[in-house]
Amino acid sequence: MSTVLQEPQTTETVNYLNAEYGWKSWLFTTDHKRIAVLYLISISVMFALGGIFAGLIRTELLTPEGDLFNSDTYNKIFTMHGVTMIFFFLIPSIPATFGNFLVPMMIGAKDLAFPRINLLSWYIYIAGALFALAAIVMGGVDTGWTFYTPFSTTYSNTFVITAAVGVFIAGFSSILTGLNFIVTVHKMRAPGMTWGRLPLFVWANYATALIQVLGTPVVAITLALVALERTFHIGIFDPAIGGDPILFQHMFWFYSHPAVYIMILPGMGVISELVTCFSRKGIFGYSFIAGSSLGIAIIGFLVWGHHMFVTGMSMYAGLYFSFLTMVVAVPSAIKVFNWTATMFRGSISYETPMLYAFGFIGLFTIGGLTGLFLGTLGMDVHLTDTYFVVAHFHYVMVGGMVLAYMGALHFWWPKITGKMYPDGWGKFSALLVFVGFNLTFFPQFILGYLGQPRRYHAYAPEFQVLNVMSTAGATVLGVGFLIPLVYLLWSLKYGKAAGNNPWGAKGLEWTTQSPPTTFNFDVTPIVTEEAYAYGTHEEAHVG
Amino acid sequence: MQLPLFPEAASAVAVDVDHLYIYLTLVSVVMSVLIFGTIFVFAIKYRRRGDEIPQQIHGSLRLEIGWSIFPFLVMLTFFWWGAKIFFANAVPPPNAIDVYVVGKQWMWKLQYPGGQREINELHVPIGRPVKITLASEDVIHSFFIPALRIKHDVVPGHYDTMWFNANKPGRYHLFCAEYCGTEHSGMVGWVTIMEPADYQNWLAGGGASGTMAQQGERLFEQLGCSGCHLLDRQGRGPSLRGVYGSHVQLAGGQSVVADDAFIRESILNPNAKVATGYQPNVMPSFQGQISEEGILQLVVYIKSLAITNAPGAPTAALKPGTLLQPVAQTARVTQPDGGKK
Repeated sequence: MSTVLQEPQTTETVNYLNAEYGWKSWLFTTDHKRIAVLYLISISVMFALGGIFAGLIRTELLTPEGDLFNSDTYNKIFTMHGVTMIFFFLIPSIPATFGNFLVPMMIGAKDLAFPRINLLSWYIYIAGALFALAAIVMGGVDTGWTFYTPFSTTYSNTFVITAAVGVFIAGFSSILTGLNFIVTVHKMRAPGMTWGRLPLFVWANYATALIQVLGTPVVAITLALVALERTFHIGIFDPAIGGDPILFQHMFWFYSHPAVYIMILPGMGVISELVTCFSRKGIFGYSFIAGSSLGIAIIGFLVWGHHMFVTGMSMYAGLYFSFLTMVVAVPSAIKVFNWTATMFRGSISYETPMLYAFGFIGLFTIGGLTGLFLGTLGMDVHLTDTYFVVAHFHYVMVGGMVLAYMGALHFWWPKITGKMYPDGWGKFSALLVFVGFNLTFFPQFILGYLGQPRRYHAYAPEFQVLNVMSTAGATVLGVGFLIPLVYLLWSLKYGKAAGNNPWGAKGLEWTTQSPPTTFNFDVTPIVTEEAYAYGTHEEAHVG
Repeated sequence: MQLPLFPEAASAVAVDVDHLYIYLTLVSVVMSVLIFGTIFVFAIKYRRRGDEIPQQIHGSLRLEIGWSIFPFLVMLTFFWWGAKIFFANAVPPPNAIDVYVVGKQWMWKLQYPGGQREINELHVPIGRPVKITLASEDVIHSFFIPALRIKHDVVPGHYDTMWFNANKPGRYHLFCAEYCGTEHSGMVGWVTIMEPADYQNWLAGGGASGTMAQQGERLFEQLGCSGCHLLDRQGRGPSLRGVYGSHVQLAGGQSVVADDAFIRESILNPNAKVATGYQPNVMPSFQGQISEEGILQLVVYIKSLAITNAPGAPTAALKPGTLLQPVAQTARVTQPDGGKK
């Protein structure tokens, strides 16, 4: 893809990990790669915490009676599961870790445009996370991650403001990361790295950044208003003091639907990288995949009302939102078709990251199709607020986003750490995740159609069989996530040296040593090729 | 072990929704099989065999246009069918039986025009449209009957309506579907759908304290409403005879249809919409002094005073103005009721 300026290095070279030592060298670093690692550790902690909450939920739901926890505790558990997973894992996940690590390297830059702001965004994230943790430790919050009014502003007796402040603060971290990416992509591209040559992962993060910058302030304002009403009884959302509870939902979903795309777009970017590398093919329809990311970012702002079909919103507004929901599905479909076409006449191998990519395409497709059920007016009336919705968004968020995250982790781990993990264990756990995931969430589609409402501590006895299947699946899924934790940590010490480019992948990040030096490239690379130029044989399979 | 895939269907609409669901599922299965099958075939057929470099293919405008437009057309069939069902069931028919529901943490309180009251139980006959008026005493709830495939949020500060026409007697789940706090999952009940004769028997058993309108009339006295709103002549406030369903001219020059929501608002926030010819700040707010159930009783009472029950009756029908305002109102800008709901 570009001029390669270095010989493959041995493990003893200076790199960003051993350039400096001591906790100060990490906490005051402005190196985008070190900040990415800080994020990786932080969000992994939050993911583990959210996972524990998920495990508690599924254990309670093993039996129809609410017998393991009392109702208040259960309500707090599902709320904290949602809050930690969405605001402190899914939203930052790929942009803040792999985006941070890779966007500068992929465009041939030394760092992001604003390295100090980048570090600031991590500190802001930590401050937000501490508030969320404080809310948990002090006694929890029970509003659901959606903070619906007037329950959250007037009726809940839990630590709503603490949690809302945490989310509010974390939002600024998201905004700053987005801002940094936008400026970086505009201003820091290496010579020859034209917009039409950007890796699709960069395009995806760029589109995500636009949503982060434009959307996040709205949820911040909304949560600030919740805090105002709760503290000073200013009538904004509670009708008893002159407010309108539906106004909250409009404001909340105006951000939170686009936030779904904040979560999934970077994942889609990952899949474009994986499918091309493990098929040894240039991407099929580059400009359509890049354009569809922007399309999703824009149209995604116009569909929020599909969360509100049964709130009593005007039925004509319902018509509009239903129609645009169909429109926003088109760019996602385009991506799936193009990934499939990329594999055509490729040279496909099945290393761990590719298994996650296969899993992503399958589960995201199911998540997307079931999203259309919910966007269909007459259908949504029955399905909304049931387990069908729970199943749908877990297919998108876990089946899509988390699998992409796992794929990215396995794909770039050798670059980030310089070490290889045992691929056999990788494949085995990928399989466990896939099987466990489907066993957990597929029964929930059926449960939803049968009518089990979501957020139920106790449920009707006839729903038990499907719930038991779901809990069994969650167990397998949990093991599937624990195994990588073990072998990835193991690989840090015992893993084989990865070499610069173990997958024979294209992209500037693979032209540097693993792990890279602090400034990524000794000399600014000059780009002379399109992205994914797999047609030329160049240092494939070094490792 | 039996694992049903569909809940019981107790209305024609439920069957319609099932058909739509089956259609959506079939299309999804076909799309998934096409995509997954293709990937599977490619993954096997083009598996890596050596260090070969595949022929590079960059794209095809034709294919891109095709796989953008074709799925979109299919999605438009979802949209069209879903909208059709949604619109067909949006507005209750005028001959529907009324049931009034108040959601309250954590129970459903139901009232029938005959004065019967229940908690977490709904009794309805088959073969007649039933209109449910939903109010909330506190937070947002959602009234969900899976066997009828209907659900509607119960939003405080608003009246919402939903309706159905059941056709299969039985006992079915009633759930609260919108998370509403501690005992959300305990806010459940049963819908008993009965043969008309059984329903008549059931009706005969209840309503000890008079019909809902009579209960409303008693409240109307107790709260002192009747001191100003005289029935047959002008008091300090407008007479309410014949008001329900008519167009009321407002002081600001607009007009509003006197429906349930308008009456509720006039009780709780009398200055929001003052009928023309009357002074604001005369009537006190009854916010906090009357439960949502009481307000519904007053609404039903005022409805019983209507000359015509048809909502949106022409302005010519006995409007407050005829009793209250000597001056003819001309060239008023009538704004359609474009309120929140």
